Amino acid sequence: MSWVTKTFSSTLGRKLLMALTGLFLIIFLIGHVSGNMLLFKGDGGQAFNEYADFMTTNQLVKALSYLTYISIIAHVVYAIILSVVNKKARPVGYAEVKASSNSSWNSRNMGVLGTIILIFIVVHLQNFWAQMHWGSIPMVTYESGEYRDLYAVVNLAFSNIGLVILYVVAMAFLGFHLNHGFASAFQTLGLNHKKYTPAIKFIGSAFSILVPALFASMPIYIYFSSLN
Amino acid sequence: MNLTLKVWRQKNNADKGSFNNYTLTGISEDMSFLEMLDVLNEELSEKNEDPVHFDHDCREGICGMCSLYINGKPHGPQQTTTCQLHMRSFKDGDTIVIEPWRASAFPVVKDLVVDRGAFDRIIQAGGYVSVNTGGVPDANEIPIPKRIADEAFDAATCIGCGACVAACKNASAMLFTSAKISQLAMLPQGQVERKERAEQMVAQMDAEGFGACTNTGACSAECPKGISLTNIARMNREYFSAVASSENV
Ligand code: HEM
Ligand code: SF4
Ligand code: FES
Repeated sequence: MSWVTKTFSSTLGRKLLMALTGLFLIIFLIGHVSGNMLLFKGDGGQAFNEYADFMTTNQLVKALSYLTYISIIAHVVYAIILSVVNKKARPVGYAEVKASSNSSWNSRNMGVLGTIILIFIVVHLQNFWAQMHWGSIPMVTYESGEYRDLYAVVNLAFSNIGLVILYVVAMAFLGFHLNHGFASAFQTLGLNHKKYTPAIKFIGSAFSILVPALFASMPIYIYFSSLN
Repeated sequence: MNLTLKVWRQKNNADKGSFNNYTLTGISEDMSFLEMLDVLNEELSEKNEDPVHFDHDCREGICGMCSLYINGKPHGPQQTTTCQLHMRSFKDGDTIVIEPWRASAFPVVKDLVVDRGAFDRIIQAGGYVSVNTGGVPDANEIPIPKRIADEAFDAATCIGCGACVAACKNASAMLFTSAKISQLAMLPQGQVERKERAEQMVAQMDAEGFGACTNTGACSAECPKGISLTNIARMNREYFSAVASSENV
């Protein structure tokens, strides 16, 4: 085995990939939530549709989107590999475990939380991404040209209360995943420091509440707008 | 005090094993947990039954030999070693569940005794400094700042008990291994073999079948010596920089 394969088949190398892909996905979330805030603009969706068009046609965004797909796949693949290794390390469990006395629930259930997020991602891609790439989307015309009206697709989707609930619940699980994952990734990278670790933990907690809450507010806002 | 013990009994590694219930009466609050088990074993011996096998040595909290997963926690309800746990931590009428450390890298030898040889092999893989013998060097010949000495000493207080592995949901040995890598990585004497040490000890830890770290912090919370998670971050730094810069292709 070369040193590269040896490193990335070690527990620490695998964790390194988990942390790097996780952090990249966190950066992706920042971009994704910022762009989607245009849904709140109240301009009938023009800014949002122009942004969606930019996101599907710009070459740099395209490159970044491939990096995002790779990150999700690698994150999931290594999550599965690590979970199998970790399960094998304790084939016989304890009759009694007081785990809540020494660790947080979300830190012990990253795999469960991740699986729910993965299911959400599949549903979410099916709802919008697949529509944008292969579906038939109505067109809308502004001064700047003709655009696919993704805004209308989003509005239609979120007039369905079932889908709104699914999105909100999924964001809660994402919040729990990030509440542990954000600071955990820095620890994995070995970035632990008296000065910065408390700040990283604070930013991680704030991020894990703020970003999922902003995402969740979108379907809620659109649902209530669709009522009147 | 009167107690019910639910104790894991297993003849040998091939045996499936199961729990056995025992009742004990007249246990003093001032007994240590191991003394309480001594009382049980004396009663079993008098009845010509096989006594419960458990590990112990110093009985003063320094050797790391005592183990036992007590009522869902390694070393029981206090953050200490089992030999330093006293019966006043329990109440009259309690049922106490006693299990061995559970990890594929720590096979059960008999009853509550597990083989922690995996830790020794991790140390053998690099947890040492090679020095040529000669005259006795002067103390303080190599100046080491107090802060560094203290931090290295904190890591060196790890007694190799395995509670970190027992507590971790992944049966990961990262806290132990990181303490052993850290105590030498911080000191001048440890520099010569610094990279090899990180690479080889991590490789051995993986080869023994310990799990990976999810940073739950259970290990440090249960460690009788309070070994800090900062050691795991340091091990990761040591390992990543070692594989990136060592000559081992
Ligand atoms: C937007 C989506 C996601 C983000 C931002 C994210 C982020 C993170 C981060 C930052 C970590 C911490 C890495 C570390 O401890 O070093 C992590 C851990 C983890 N993630 Fe995700 N994740 C996402 C989706 C998923 C999905 C879809 C799965 C699917 C199975 C998953 C499974 C896991 C698991 C099992 C861990 C713990 C790994 C371990 O330490 O043992 N995550 N995630
Ligand atoms: S790190 Fe703590 S719990 Fe783990 S072996 Fe050392 S002393 Fe025991
Ligand atoms: S018997 Fe030595 S530490 Fe408990």
